[in-house]
Amino acid sequence: MAGRVQGKVAFITGAARGQGRSHALRLAEEGADVIAVDLCGPIPTIEMYPPATEEDLAETVRQVEALDRRIVATKADVRDRGALEAAVAEGVAQLGRLDIVLANAGVFEIQPALEVGDDAWREMIDINLTGVWNTCRAGLPHLIEAGGGSIVLTSSTAGLKGTPNTVHYTAAKHGVVGIMRTLANEFAAQSIRVNSVHPTGVDTQMIMNPKTWGLFDPENPNPTREGAEPIFRSTNALPVPWVEPRDISNAVLFLVSDEARYITGVTLPVDAGYTVK
Amino acid sequence: MGKLEGKVAFITGAARGQGRSHAVRLAQEGADIVAVDICAQIDSVPYPMATPEDLEQTVREVEALDRRIVASRADVRDLGALERAVADGVAQLGRLDIVLANAGIAPMGADDDPARAFADVVDVNLTGVWNTLRATAPVLVEQGDGGAIVITSSTAGLKGIGGDSPGGQGYTAAKHGVVGLMRSYAMTLGPQGIRVNTVHPTGVNTPMVVNDFMQKWLAEDPTVAGAMTNLMPVEMLEAVDISNAIVWLVSDDARYVTGVTLPVDAGFTAK
Ligand SMILES: NC(=O)c1ccc[n+]([C@@H]2O[C@H](COP(=O)([O-])OP(=O)(O)OC[C@H]3O[C@@H](n4cnc5c(N)ncnc54)[C@H](O)[C@@H]3O)[C@@H](O)[C@H]2O)c1
Ligand SMILES: NC(=O)c1ccc[n+]([C@@H]2O[C@H](COP(=O)([O-])OP(=O)(O)OC[C@H]3O[C@@H](n4cnc5c(N)ncnc54)[C@H](O)[C@@H]3O)[C@@H](O)[C@H]2O)c1
Repeated sequence: MAGRVQGKVAFITGAARGQGRSHALRLAEEGADVIAVDLCGPIPTIEMYPPATEEDLAETVRQVEALDRRIVATKADVRDRGALEAAVAEGVAQLGRLDIVLANAGVFEIQPALEVGDDAWREMIDINLTGVWNTCRAGLPHLIEAGGGSIVLTSSTAGLKGTPNTVHYTAAKHGVVGIMRTLANEFAAQSIRVNSVHPTGVDTQMIMNPKTWGLFDPENPNPTREGAEPIFRSTNALPVPWVEPRDISNAVLFLVSDEARYITGVTLPVDAGYTVK
Repeated sequence: MGKLEGKVAFITGAARGQGRSHAVRLAQEGADIVAVDICAQIDSVPYPMATPEDLEQTVREVEALDRRIVASRADVRDLGALERAVADGVAQLGRLDIVLANAGIAPMGADDDPARAFADVVDVNLTGVWNTLRATAPVLVEQGDGGAIVITSSTAGLKGIGGDSPGGQGYTAAKHGVVGLMRSYAMTLGPQGIRVNTVHPTGVNTPMVVNDFMQKWLAEDPTVAGAMTNLMPVEMLEAVDISNAIVWLVSDDARYVTGVTLPVDAGFTAK
């Protein structure tokens, strides 16, 4: 049986691990080839969890190839538009086309607003907002050339609602919605659809770290995943503390498939009811 | 294997249009169907509503897919009738997993009796949805293994379209109102693992809009027609486009999606 994105090519940022790897695998399972990029390295002001590595990206490549799909993977920084354009051009040269763009790369840090330094603010906005724009900028000419396509931007529940101690992250994730809405309007006539997804907590290293657990379990000097779980759970309407990367991938897959051929300009929460609560 | 193998779906307004399309799409994914429709005219509705033959056609199309369907005539304004239809369907098909509150009317421009048109559309499109949830939510809760409810709102549930006729105002008010119902049910049923979402279609190619009355109404009121333009270069969606969104929402692929207003509108509300 043909997959739901059979024969399509997807450009995915932040594909070394976490949700980005999950998206690459889920789309490959449904017949897509992948152009993958990731920084595979540290960012000075992101200290609460370890960065992805080149081995992580190599593992994504192995797992996509194990599904008998092709993947062109490059180490690239979403802050570097030239590097992204080169990575997409190389991928399109090898895989023949571009249909799907997933701006997924991002970083997270918890900091009281008045303690966010200039460097921390700049790095967050550069990666989580300008990086998303750079990704669209690199992908759009190829989608226009293909006569249409689908872009999904990974925002967050923090792109729809405010939470304390995340002013730079929340500002960037709200900004992503502005990019989405503008591009949805500007490129609809060319049959390019643009949507955003808004996950609640996802079981990846970004939140599975002692500092994040501590935010949800402030009394505990040695916070743990188990200790934070009940508080995470209490933020959602459904009785789950967080969701799996695959749940976000299934939403992304739906949005980029022909099943959603007339869905554009939409902010889609995948959040266990976090934003309705 | 289908995405909805072994599940049972209750669908209102299933005789034709989107309701029939949902019944067929869900059956293609393996679900059995409990279908209801009024199959009769409501006086303030200026276009022909569904007939008993339409509902029979839905039955034939579902059975042709080798799925079971229990169909009956019921008015969503009549809670008792809905409860009986649900009880009968569950007795015959064994369970209930999915609820699609889809039945609706659009008495736009029927202004010989303004209060009647307003009352009818609110009764059917808002109170009828509440009745549908009241007839089904207890069954899902009692069954104890979750469930998925989708209410069909409209772009008129997110924006002030629908024109200035009493029926149009009532339509827009009711379609906004079901968003409130969805949000409160999503909160109260969440702990039981029951998900509740709305879909918001732009114009869909069904007898509700593809009829002489509606086409005349759209042609006569340029503000309405102008407001009806989609962002994407498509005039009207097909019913299956709404069904595909619903199949995704009720499947395990969306197991953590609840409380969401999902436009299926070619960018209409993003304009
Ligand atoms: N995990 C959550 O709870 C959660 C919730 C809502 C939204 N999100 C968002 O989901 C997306 C994916 O995050 P994740 O949960 O998979 O976390 P993750 O840390 O596992 O993955 C993020 C990936 O992005 C890469 N990346 C970071 N900066 C980059 C840069 N400048 N250039 C290229 N690649 C870069 C990282 O190396 C990493 O591989 C992010 O945008 C994040 O903000 C995450
Ligand atoms: N067609 C569109 O352009 C459009 C756009 C947005 C939303 N909607 C909504 O989609 C839903 C489905 O409409 P459709 O497009 O398939 O139109 P339709 O008229 O073809 O189908 C509606 C069905 O609901 C039934 N119904 C009406 N009142 C009822 C009642 N009191 N009890 C039981 N059944 C009743 C009708 O008999 C009919 O079979 C409606 O809620 C409508 O408001 C339609």
